[in-house]
Amino acid sequence: MSAVLNEETKKVLVDPLVSNNPITLQVLGICSALAVTSQMSTSLIMALALTLVTAFSSAAISAIRNHIPSSIRIIVQMTIIASLVIVVDQILKAFAYDVSKQLSVFVGLIITNCIVMGRAEGYAMKNPPLESFMDGIGNGLGYSLILIIVAFFRETLGSGKLLGIEVFKLTKDGGWYDPNGLMLLPPSAFFIIGLIIWSVRQWKPEQAEKVEFKIMPIAHGEGGHH
Amino acid sequence: MPSEKKQCQHTAKLCAALEKNENYQKAKAYADRVLALGNDSLEKTIAIAVSLCLVCAVLVSFAAVALKPLQINNKELDMKKNILDVAGLLEEGRDIDAAFAEKIEAKIVDLETGDYVENMNAAEYDQRKAAKDPAQSIAIPKDKDIAHIRVKAKYAKVFLVKEGGTIKSIILPVNGYGLWSTLYGFLSLDPDGQTVQSINFYDQAETPGLGGEVVNPNWRALWKGKKVYAEADQPSLEKGLIGEAEMGEPALSLIKGVVDNSKPGSQYQVDGLAGASLTSTGVTNLIRYWMSKEGFAPYLSKVRTVKGGVS
Repeated sequence: MSAVLNEETKKVLVDPLVSNNPITLQVLGICSALAVTSQMSTSLIMALALTLVTAFSSAAISAIRNHIPSSIRIIVQMTIIASLVIVVDQILKAFAYDVSKQLSVFVGLIITNCIVMGRAEGYAMKNPPLESFMDGIGNGLGYSLILIIVAFFRETLGSGKLLGIEVFKLTKDGGWYDPNGLMLLPPSAFFIIGLIIWSVRQWKPEQAEKVEFKIMPIAHGEGGHH
Repeated sequence: MPSEKKQCQHTAKLCAALEKNENYQKAKAYADRVLALGNDSLEKTIAIAVSLCLVCAVLVSFAAVALKPLQINNKELDMKKNILDVAGLLEEGRDIDAAFAEKIEAKIVDLETGDYVENMNAAEYDQRKAAKDPAQSIAIPKDKDIAHIRVKAKYAKVFLVKEGGTIKSIILPVNGYGLWSTLYGFLSLDPDGQTVQSINFYDQAETPGLGGEVVNPNWRALWKGKKVYAEADQPSLEKGLIGEAEMGEPALSLIKGVVDNSKPGSQYQVDGLAGASLTSTGVTNLIRYWMSKEGFAPYLSKVRTVKGGVS
């Protein structure tokens, strides 16, 4: 087992959690992070589905990486990812019908999730299957972490519940908490993800992008000659 | 190149059989040749594309076919659960199939005449499928299609809850267009065909948190006791409080804001969904459509005469 968990494996597993998180650093996979996080249960299933798809598609692509013609590279990756996503969707419909009803179209949209494609193209095409699999798991977990944090705030503040269990008693049921309707709408995830990105970059300043250009101060006396 | 022996990873028997099979040898020779080609050669590109598609197709179809029975079962169970729910008979921990078989009776109704159709198997009839089949459905004229569903099945599948021979609830399937999606649901009425017991939507894709609140139990509870048809002795009718509904016409509607239950006419009103006026209008329209002469009015008038409810 120690041979499996070598340096590289550890790195690909742990790095994407914070220091190379697909959402907060690479800013990928935002669309589904907005769409499914109004409830914790859907977020968990989505996170699990995406982690599995990323891991298995990376492993499969990596296994045939030396034989993929470069001219149809992207299509080959897409075909593998799409097949896996359909299989996951079918499994959800068979074994977790209620959740699949809530996730509806978003499971299918894992196909277009940039994280899956990004890992296939950026890692699996150059690395052996086992490492690619672990890289998929790691990035899936990084995505899951953010989804869970966002869903935690959105569900508690938006509906006073967590995993469907009442946390704050709502005013309409005779309690004290007046739910924030904005939290149920996708834009609220933008604010939460923005705050997460800000806190991570405060903690790890090296993640902040370099300023590409500086705004020069306006030289005195310029302008006003027109 | 790895040796021949190493490449065959199956059991000895299978290997021997494959060794003899001419086609297998041909295929293997071809595969070896193609894999040895340069990645960018046309032949390899096509061969890889075709074989990848084959493998993926097999994987996807296998999953779809193998899981189909489970998925159909889930759908049926979900439908039964919704019917039990709208009838107020859903009990935690009780087997849904057993409860459904014991309490609920499915019947086919001819929408035009309002009579029961006895020579059809109610358990197997699928109204949603029938609505899509031109032979079993009727196109709705545009001016009458307030629910925006375009077609309706000739026969509707209704559900009755009976206790000791008398009807306790009449459960009617309803559908209509909201904002994004067609909402499918059940409306459950008292045997008088007038008083609402409950409503439930089992298939909809309205905005979660706004129009999607049609499934919220608290909102659904507001429907209990509301009246569907405008009655003669309602003073509120003069003021047009309940819209264009005439006496005996479906009057039930969703309004903007919260219903003041002390006002006359409030028995025909349900709170609209906050932030979802289009979904609310859609729900009003689908109720008005399915309760009209186009929908279940002929049937309900017959059930009423039989059971002696409100005229």
